[in-house]
Amino acid sequence: MSPQFIIDASFIAAAFLFIYGLKRMSSPVTARSGIVVAGWGMLVAVLASFLYYFGVTEAAKPHLLGNAAVALIALVLGVSWAWWSGKKVAMTAMPQMVALYNGMGGGSAAAIAAMVLLQPVPADGAAGHGLVHYLVTVLGGLIGAVSLSGSLIAWAKLDERIKGTWRYTGLQAVNGAVMLLTLAIGGYIVFAMHGHAPPMVVVGFFAAALVFGVFMTMPIGGADMPVVISLYNAFTGLAVGAEGYVLQNPALMIAGMVVGSAGTLLTLLMAKAMNRSVSNVIFSNFGVTGDEAQGEIKGSMKPVEAGDAGIQMRYGSKVIIAPGYGLAVAQAQHKLYEFVKLCEAQGVEVKFAIHPVAGRMPGHMNVLLAEAGVPYDIIFDMEDINGEFKEADFALVIGANDTVNPAARTNKSSPIYGMPILNVDQAKQAFVVKRGQGKGYSGVENELFFKDNTNMVYGDAQKVLVSMIQAVKSLEGGGH
Amino acid sequence: MEAHTVLTGFIALYIFMLAAFTGYEIIGRVPSILHTPLMSGSNFVHGIVVVGAIYATLNATTTLEQAIGFFGVLLGAGNAAGGYVVTERMLEMFKPSDKKKG
Repeated sequence: MSPQFIIDASFIAAAFLFIYGLKRMSSPVTARSGIVVAGWGMLVAVLASFLYYFGVTEAAKPHLLGNAAVALIALVLGVSWAWWSGKKVAMTAMPQMVALYNGMGGGSAAAIAAMVLLQPVPADGAAGHGLVHYLVTVLGGLIGAVSLSGSLIAWAKLDERIKGTWRYTGLQAVNGAVMLLTLAIGGYIVFAMHGHAPPMVVVGFFAAALVFGVFMTMPIGGADMPVVISLYNAFTGLAVGAEGYVLQNPALMIAGMVVGSAGTLLTLLMAKAMNRSVSNVIFSNFGVTGDEAQGEIKGSMKPVEAGDAGIQMRYGSKVIIAPGYGLAVAQAQHKLYEFVKLCEAQGVEVKFAIHPVAGRMPGHMNVLLAEAGVPYDIIFDMEDINGEFKEADFALVIGANDTVNPAARTNKSSPIYGMPILNVDQAKQAFVVKRGQGKGYSGVENELFFKDNTNMVYGDAQKVLVSMIQAVKSLEGGGH
Repeated sequence: MEAHTVLTGFIALYIFMLAAFTGYEIIGRVPSILHTPLMSGSNFVHGIVVVGAIYATLNATTTLEQAIGFFGVLLGAGNAAGGYVVTERMLEMFKPSDKKKG
């Protein structure tokens, strides 16, 4: 068997394992095994790729040992750093970590494009590759570079290393100009230089693409970041697919394109869940009008003691909990589940209602609840549970704000107008656990807090839940 | 950089088209509780780019290419390994309730 045969066979095995693994990941029952299956595919493909050692071009042969050392060292360093960082990252920080790893993939695709574009013209004057080859190289490089710098900005924003957003008049014009400049340099490399531009031009191309990624991401607010991360995930997939074509590597082509289309669909689903279009997110003005357009809100916030709220819920027959990112920030998932188990022991029906954008991205809240041991069959998507709020005696809102704001239904001037929300306001009684009287992530005042049948439980979510648990427990202790 | 198999023109388009439909079909019916792990899982899958980076690095002819190749492999390896670890950690936690059995 020639090395090339082993490589080809490994790649087709990897492509199969990726697709089969992703398929298994699409159901909670088999999801765990899905990633393991895909992991084997990756291992096989990476090991096989070192067999390229036996098939390099004549020009590269004198450098082969050095090249192999470079690749091996980079591989070991990259894997160990990522393994270590992935093991220690907190579940709450998962979205930005995915963004970071995704950006790295985009960067890798851009690096491949750069290497192809920087190859010296063959000395024998043999015709290089055709137009399509370099066009795809440049496009893949552009998308990969945008994905790299854009993902880094998304990571920094979610990790709160960059605060605030860039907004100034003419922003769209500047971004448009940077994009045109990038495309112009790319076009020059492909059409005028036939893929053999001087290194400085290539550097300029990638610099412009990186700057464009930064400019494109900086004006986007934190609430929209999940959609952006998902979009860049799809971008990286496309970039990988494109570079796979350039390198004539079917594993990259298939895996890249599968992720490109799956990621695009996932992005559309997320944007739809937030009632936003993707172009609206990218060229948005989210939050700009937020502060000025506030309507007057009548009523006042009515505080209640945590213990009282806990006891009331224990005597209810149905409680629906609407958790938000604040719950995870307070690390209160475990206490919450302890409280839920106490209520369930008293025959209270408890369900979790998850807004599509609860947490920092769709499904993030489910991960955080799963971490606390909450079984996934008492957790419901918004669509499935929204009709049940009117039958619920109590709705408990913890660390959520915008996702339960009725203004999204009625107030046309609100920046969150049109976003579907959890119908917490339809429950007979709502308790809102909140640290203080501040506004939500989008900077919008919440009408729910001022409603007659809403009571505020002020305090850190963790402490509030401890009080609730104690109150309910003391009740059981005294009664029997 | 010509490998053994030649995948140009329409053959490449066929591969891209079928792969695109595959991705679409896989994600189409996914419950939203799995969106985050699945995004992370697909993020892992495009870590395969490290294979391309290794290939390009092995074929480097200048120091500049070697330097870029180093970063290409480093970043790609980070994508693949990091994506695997975080996805596995998230999916490991998904468990059904025990009570439902009784």
